[in-house]
Amino acid sequence: MYAYAVRRLLGAVPTILAVIVIAFFMIRLAPGGPFDSERAIPPEIAANLAGAYHLDEPLGDQFVRYLGNVLAGDFGPSFRYKDYSVTELLWSGFPVSAQLGISAMVLAVLLGTAAGAYAAVRRNTIVDGGIMALAMTGIAVPNFVVAPLLTLVLGVYLSLLPVGGWGGLSHAVLPVVALALPQVAYVARLTRGSMLEVLRADFIRTARAKGLGARRIVTRHALRAALLPVVSYLGPATAAIITGSVVIEQIFGLPGIGRYFVQGALNRDYTLVMGVVIFYAILILLFNLVVDLLYPLIDPRVRYD
Amino acid sequence: MTDLHAHIPVRSLWGYAWLRLKRNRAAMTGAVLLALIAAACIVGPWLLSHELDAVDWDHIQSPPSLASEHILGTDANGRDLLVRILHGGRVSLAIGLAATLVAVIIGIAWGATAGYAGGRWDGFMMRFVDVLYALPFMFFVIILMVFFGRDIYLLFIALGAVSWLDMARIVRGQTISLKYKDFVLAARAMGTPPLRLVTRHIVPNALGPVAVFATLTVPQVILYESFLSFLGLGVQEPMTSWGVLISEGAQLMESAPWMLIAPAAFLTLTLFCLNFVGDGLRDALDPRG
Repeated sequence: MYAYAVRRLLGAVPTILAVIVIAFFMIRLAPGGPFDSERAIPPEIAANLAGAYHLDEPLGDQFVRYLGNVLAGDFGPSFRYKDYSVTELLWSGFPVSAQLGISAMVLAVLLGTAAGAYAAVRRNTIVDGGIMALAMTGIAVPNFVVAPLLTLVLGVYLSLLPVGGWGGLSHAVLPVVALALPQVAYVARLTRGSMLEVLRADFIRTARAKGLGARRIVTRHALRAALLPVVSYLGPATAAIITGSVVIEQIFGLPGIGRYFVQGALNRDYTLVMGVVIFYAILILLFNLVVDLLYPLIDPRVRYD
Repeated sequence: MTDLHAHIPVRSLWGYAWLRLKRNRAAMTGAVLLALIAAACIVGPWLLSHELDAVDWDHIQSPPSLASEHILGTDANGRDLLVRILHGGRVSLAIGLAATLVAVIIGIAWGATAGYAGGRWDGFMMRFVDVLYALPFMFFVIILMVFFGRDIYLLFIALGAVSWLDMARIVRGQTISLKYKDFVLAARAMGTPPLRLVTRHIVPNALGPVAVFATLTVPQVILYESFLSFLGLGVQEPMTSWGVLISEGAQLMESAPWMLIAPAAFLTLTLFCLNFVGDGLRDALDPRG
């Protein structure tokens, strides 16, 4: 297991390197520069700017310098937020994005598995049909539609919750719910599917034959086996929640990383956009690794020897 | 004996699939609604008297009403919302179809090559897919749109280029299972060159799962496109799409909720229908599942 973790970490290195290479060269091959504006800059100033940001060096040298800085945790200066480095911006946004994302993930897993398992136990009843119809809705209605609609009804018409900003618990409710809903739906569908299969398995029949209560069979025996596909879905779910947080932070005006990303993209703040992409790619790769390492703990049949 | 055969017509795989699909009410309703929405988007703008960018100075941001000529109301610039939604639908549906086509082509080429070549090539190509799978793709699409200009054709290709991974996996699996079937071996024994073997004998037999997955890719791509357009990074003025309209509506939802609700309803209904059709198609082609 230890050797497997090390091997996987080493395996992630080329991927991260590829992300950095793609992000770096995409920018350099793109037409236009970061300091282009309507007003022409005098050549001396342009040369000074290029010098200050090392844009006058050969491309290979620039890449080596950028790579070295990134590995040291320095994503360079932001081109638009003067006096801020991209690393500072990332760290200032990270607590908000992390709170939002982790809450949404926890909500998705808890509510999704509960709803899915309940639907499976009550299969082919009205309850099952209702839960699955809701799940279909959750998948078909994108979160950038859910978010404004929830805000309109709960925030504007009923005035129950604040419509934007970040602070107490009440500010977090709408963004977290809007971000989590599609994932709740996916997890519920996954859990229901695998639960239906597990409930037909021999060990469930054995448990029943032993005279175990229905509740105990479901919570102790069936659910544990049925959660395996949900655990392997956690990786893609993280990627989906991170992508979703970009739009949710924008809608609710939350000062997180996703908002910096959108602002950076609209302002052509190259270093900021690259920094966010590399940061999130590394985060997702690490999270996938953690999930894979946790897997044998939940499913003893899986071993990494 | 002859009587028995006379009464049971022999159908192809697709024939049976069609029979099963016809019995699936959700899928058939979805297909009909989808056809209606598509027809409205294609024909509607010609039949309605308003232009996409015509400003009605007497009706600025007016709510939906049957009395005025604007059935779904107008936006903040006095432009007819229904016409804009139908035009936006053309763009959204076109992007959905075009990008899916790109994804299908890349996915079939990649998956069939990996599956047929096997061995080291297969390992390398599928490892590449695994690596890409772990990345937050929308971020790369956004980089592409920002740095190379928000060009609609680039959007087709970029969205297609991020949606082919599942397709490649499916086609690879199919190819491997078909590779040693007797009819393929027979064709090979007759000296059919590898390219022809793949394109004429293997790929046509893998089209069932591809069709199912393509149907489920279309809503995915439409969702991506609306996501980008919602952030202001996708389709640009004077063109519009459902994502753009929802974005405009979300900004004005307190004073003009219809601007949010109407395009959101069209988008959601379309996504619903596509998902139902895709699920129905899957059940029809794979009766075990």
